[in-house]
Amino acid sequence: MSEIAVRMEHVSKRFRKGELHDSLRDLIPAFAARMFGQTSNHLDTRRDFWALEDASFEVAQGEALGIVGANGAGKSTMLKLISRIMKPTSGSVKVNGRLSALIEVSAGFHPDLTGRENIYLNGSILGMSRREIDAKFEEIVEFSGLAEFLDTPVKRYSSGMYARLGFSVAAHVNPDVLIVDEVLSVGDYAFQGKCVNRMKEVIRSGATVLFVSHNLRTISEFCHRCLLLERGRIVLTGPPGKVIAAYLNRSRSAHTQDASSKPVTISKVTIRNESGECSRFQAGQKAWIDVELTARTRCTKLAVCLFITDDAYQEIFNTSTERLGHGSFTLDEGEVFTCTFELNLNMPNGIFHPSVLIFRYDNETEYDRWEPATTIHVSSEEDVRGFVHCFPKVTRQEIHAAKNLNLAGIAGDTASDRKRTPD
Amino acid sequence: MTAELRELYDYRELLVMIAIRDIKVRYKQSLMGFLWAILMPLLIVTAGIIVRYAYAIASKKPLDLTDVAVVATKSIPWAFLVSSIKFSCQSLIGNNNLVTKVYFPKEVFPMAAVLSQLFDLSIASSVLVFLLVVAKVGLSFQILWVVPLLAILIMLAVGIGLLVSAGSLFFRDVKYIVEVFLTFAIFFTPVFYDVSMFGPKGRWLLLNPVAPILEGFSSIIRGQTPDWHWVLYSLIFATLTTLFGYMLFKKVEPSFAENI
Repeated sequence: MSEIAVRMEHVSKRFRKGELHDSLRDLIPAFAARMFGQTSNHLDTRRDFWALEDASFEVAQGEALGIVGANGAGKSTMLKLISRIMKPTSGSVKVNGRLSALIEVSAGFHPDLTGRENIYLNGSILGMSRREIDAKFEEIVEFSGLAEFLDTPVKRYSSGMYARLGFSVAAHVNPDVLIVDEVLSVGDYAFQGKCVNRMKEVIRSGATVLFVSHNLRTISEFCHRCLLLERGRIVLTGPPGKVIAAYLNRSRSAHTQDASSKPVTISKVTIRNESGECSRFQAGQKAWIDVELTARTRCTKLAVCLFITDDAYQEIFNTSTERLGHGSFTLDEGEVFTCTFELNLNMPNGIFHPSVLIFRYDNETEYDRWEPATTIHVSSEEDVRGFVHCFPKVTRQEIHAAKNLNLAGIAGDTASDRKRTPD
Repeated sequence: MTAELRELYDYRELLVMIAIRDIKVRYKQSLMGFLWAILMPLLIVTAGIIVRYAYAIASKKPLDLTDVAVVATKSIPWAFLVSSIKFSCQSLIGNNNLVTKVYFPKEVFPMAAVLSQLFDLSIASSVLVFLLVVAKVGLSFQILWVVPLLAILIMLAVGIGLLVSAGSLFFRDVKYIVEVFLTFAIFFTPVFYDVSMFGPKGRWLLLNPVAPILEGFSSIIRGQTPDWHWVLYSLIFATLTTLFGYMLFKKVEPSFAENI
């Protein structure tokens, strides 16, 4: 049984809303008033805001836990409680091992100091000893790509450089428990790739990671387990696919009107192969998706959009009835519409989410959406990766001796121009 | 308490780094460079000379070089104490980002403020010692008393620093109250004058815990031994302040991030 790296037990955190007494000039009269019986609403529970309520969970050593939830659900508060920046109102938090929290990677930077000085300062703030920083200095500088600007005060850096330097220091901390709060999205595309790889290394090296992000793709890539927070409560824990699907469904239903006010709704979606309804397919196999819609009121210019996302919620395919040349249709009150899409599932091994959306095609008003409508599993004999299966075959392989090249790069003839086939 | 002290020890490098940061920032891009360290003592000495000169005229006693040396010597620890308290006050609220986003024992901030003022103190002291040697004034074996006196002063600065930094975080007007207090404290402390100038009633002034320390410096320059009874009083006062200040600081520290 692996050790527990982080344990939260029945943790609750309360904040007080409204203005607090933040000067003695205000406090002393208020205090006197209270003493003389004229109570202010200082203890009014209506001013309480419970950012977290009775949260309990455990993270095993070496596990990567993703924390998702809407804005204001309590994710950052949870991280701040774990990293001891704040204390819980009730309950306890236990952490085993050295903890480093990347909540704002450039937090310790001082604008008047140079890049070099800030690396030492920030590294120290994040818990590294001077010796450690000395040892990793070259790596940090190399990772950031800012070697030529090291001796310039960071106030002259662009915001991208600033963020890159901050992240480079943070990425080399090597704690036992790492907390990451939305900081992987700094820098340009190339740098983000570096950050992601670095995080993967950290996870591979056995560190425990708690990861808060709105980037569901990153969460589903990295994390072994996920936790969904809603209004301060943990509502679900489980594998990333399941928790993220729940998060999306809940946030969708929170934002859209409820079904009775929608003019037309999706009533049924099924996917089948030749034999009937199923959810496991072979790559390249044909599948049929049946969609049924019910109209509550008369709707015109309707079209059905079918799209498929992969397990990381990246859209890999998208089409709709009017784009496939079938124009739009009109439904009168109470009418039911059914249609079937026939597809060739040219996808590699993996889990995919066919999703359906009903909309009005001229003004792109969306009426209803099931995302995901269903989940299918595709298996492929060939080992291919990516979004698409191109059914590859290697038709030819040969090995030649090296040809002589003259300066203009044109191949010359050699006496020993021979072919052999590979082993 | 020991757990917290051990944790502080673990973060000792950070304490030094933050002090170095504060020192560097003060001196980088500054017009006066290291002269900054002697500016405050210089102002105090000049003010002291004016006061002493007035006193000399009033009492018909001539102004002597030893008196000037005494004021100069007392100005430096006083400047140190005043600046330490001022910078400590600001140390938490000025580091808002770090208080709310990273964990480390926050007493590092007021302590680093005191440490960075020690740097200034050492610069000013070197200049002073040089001048004393040149003027051939005030040097004797009594100079060894500087060590314990300074130690007590530093402890007092840390204790007060812990209290005012936490106070300023929760109550924004503490900063202003402290500033006003420090401006006028120089009148309640024997910097320009000596306690002996007040006659027997002067003893009351020694209740100010800084007074015995400064009087001690005064005695050193005059070649006398400081009054160790009162120095002991300062030591006890400083120790209690630091203990109380530290315990209170650690008690309210968990609420820093949400109240800053």
